[in-house]
Amino acid sequence: MQQISKEKFQIVGVKASDAEKISKPSLSFWKDVFIRFRKNKLAMFGIVLLIILVFMAIFGPYMTKFDYASNDLMNTNKPPSSTHWFGTDDLGRDMFARTWQGARISLFIGIMAALIDFFIGVAWGGIAGYKGGRVDEIMMRIADILYGVPYLLLVILLMVVLGANLTTMIIAMTITGWINMARIVRGEVLSLKNQEYVLAARTLGASVSRIMGRHLIPNAMGSILVTMTLTIPSAIFTESFLSFLGLGLTPPLASWGTMANDGLASIQYYPWRLFFPAVLIALTIFAFNVIGDGLRDALDPRLRNKE
Amino acid sequence: MVKYISKRLLYMIVSLLIIITATFFLMRIAPGNPFTSEKKLPPEIEANLNEHYGLDKPWYVQYGDYLVRIVQWDFGPSFKYESRTVNDLINDGFPVSLTLGLEAILFAVAVGIVLGVIAALRHNKWQDYTAMIIAVFGISVPSFIMATFLQYIFAIKLGLFPVARWETFSHTVLPALALGATPMAFIARLTRSSMLEVLSNDYIKTAKAKGLSRGAMIMKHTIRNALLPVVSYMGPLAAGIITGSFVIEKIFGIPGLGSHFVLSISNRDYTVIMGVTVFYSILLLVSILLVDIAYGLIDPRIKLAGGKKGE
Repeated sequence: MQQISKEKFQIVGVKASDAEKISKPSLSFWKDVFIRFRKNKLAMFGIVLLIILVFMAIFGPYMTKFDYASNDLMNTNKPPSSTHWFGTDDLGRDMFARTWQGARISLFIGIMAALIDFFIGVAWGGIAGYKGGRVDEIMMRIADILYGVPYLLLVILLMVVLGANLTTMIIAMTITGWINMARIVRGEVLSLKNQEYVLAARTLGASVSRIMGRHLIPNAMGSILVTMTLTIPSAIFTESFLSFLGLGLTPPLASWGTMANDGLASIQYYPWRLFFPAVLIALTIFAFNVIGDGLRDALDPRLRNKE
Repeated sequence: MVKYISKRLLYMIVSLLIIITATFFLMRIAPGNPFTSEKKLPPEIEANLNEHYGLDKPWYVQYGDYLVRIVQWDFGPSFKYESRTVNDLINDGFPVSLTLGLEAILFAVAVGIVLGVIAALRHNKWQDYTAMIIAVFGISVPSFIMATFLQYIFAIKLGLFPVARWETFSHTVLPALALGATPMAFIARLTRSSMLEVLSNDYIKTAKAKGLSRGAMIMKHTIRNALLPVVSYMGPLAAGIITGSFVIEKIFGIPGLGSHFVLSISNRDYTVIMGVTVFYSILLLVSILLVDIAYGLIDPRIKLAGGKKGE
């Protein structure tokens, strides 16, 4: 028998090692989320809108030669024109400059409120969820009771007493605002802490803060992010609501809420004074809401199929 | 059931106590005393006033008195308008606010459910998209902006409805629409997603297979189950209607409790702010409790005693 060498039995064109090859690049969790998010037209529209709003908040005040706080009593209540793009208010201040100055304040309040909620909520909910037992019981009971306190009423009360400025406004909003975040983080931590990788980390002697920071919080980041995105519009809403009640920031500072409140008094004669801030409040809340919804759908595809 | 209700009642009372305590001490540290005005009062008169309102006593006595008075449903006097008490304001304004609130709730629930059901039945068709665009719009536009635009378009420009005041039914239309718009949008979204969930159940397939007419299937099998989450939304709905009424009543010049509250805020009439806040808190907490109990009664699958932790 003639010996046939093994090399002759090779299949032409296919390498055995190819079967094991991964032809598509493996997607990380966040890449996967991003791909799903990008397919959501409404959410992408929200992102575009938000980018425009942030851009204008940063550069808008410099685009016009008028200052947001300086009065011009010769040109009061002028309708939108080529010099004053959004018109002027009752003291002749340029509405365009004021509107984008107001955008900075409204966005700042929204983002600060979300960040503070994030820090307190993650710490509180994380500790309660991770420690469990008695600690959890006590911490969540406190949260439950505070949660029963009507949110806007408490905020109004605090603003009346503390007086209105940026700091007190953010304090008033976050004083019970963090509870929602704490509840969500606690739920996530409860479901994650018994997973093997946490056990492994613990066996290797990782400290609690390391387990929280490196393992639990990053894995809970999805829900945390959604909650933060939805906190921002509610903070912007609260700000404008308070300003509307006359509990908002004092001039010359401008926020959309105070501008809308000023504009309301003269809506019959100078409707543009209400129109611009009001539309921008609505657009900003809309943008954050659709982004938040889109993010939630992208993070949890099961939820999406259900809808 | 009894255990659950008593537990919830206990929580409610603790929450209330916190709100009362918080308002009491916040009002004490508030700048200025109640009688600060343009004119400086002679010290004797001020002392008399303090004595009359019990402000000369130590704080713990005042706090105790306040708690006792609240239990007796007495929310105290107004410091700005003598001879008017917070109870007067509530008796005066609350019926008006209640009418407005109920109209808004009726609108929100009826339109919200109809929109949600249509959207779910025509899933991914133009009716669905239209309904959901209305819903996103309703959620994004704050009620006070909605109110001013409604007022501007329908009352000032078109003259279809009165601009303000509170007299006939047509005076109530625009405020109720503005107040109910946001909750309406939330209810539409809730109804839609829970309808879709119910529609994917096997028993719906069975109903179809039995040859049940579409109408009967929707009415008997779908809507009833799909409306449960909407019931649970009634608590937050009450909160939204109450806080919304502050601005809506201000915009439309409605003499309700909300506008009294806003006025007392701008007057810094601390006792009225305090009293009305406490009254609203009681109202809210009680209505949330009632909603939760009703929810448990409607949906037998939910064991009230279980609570959310499965104890």
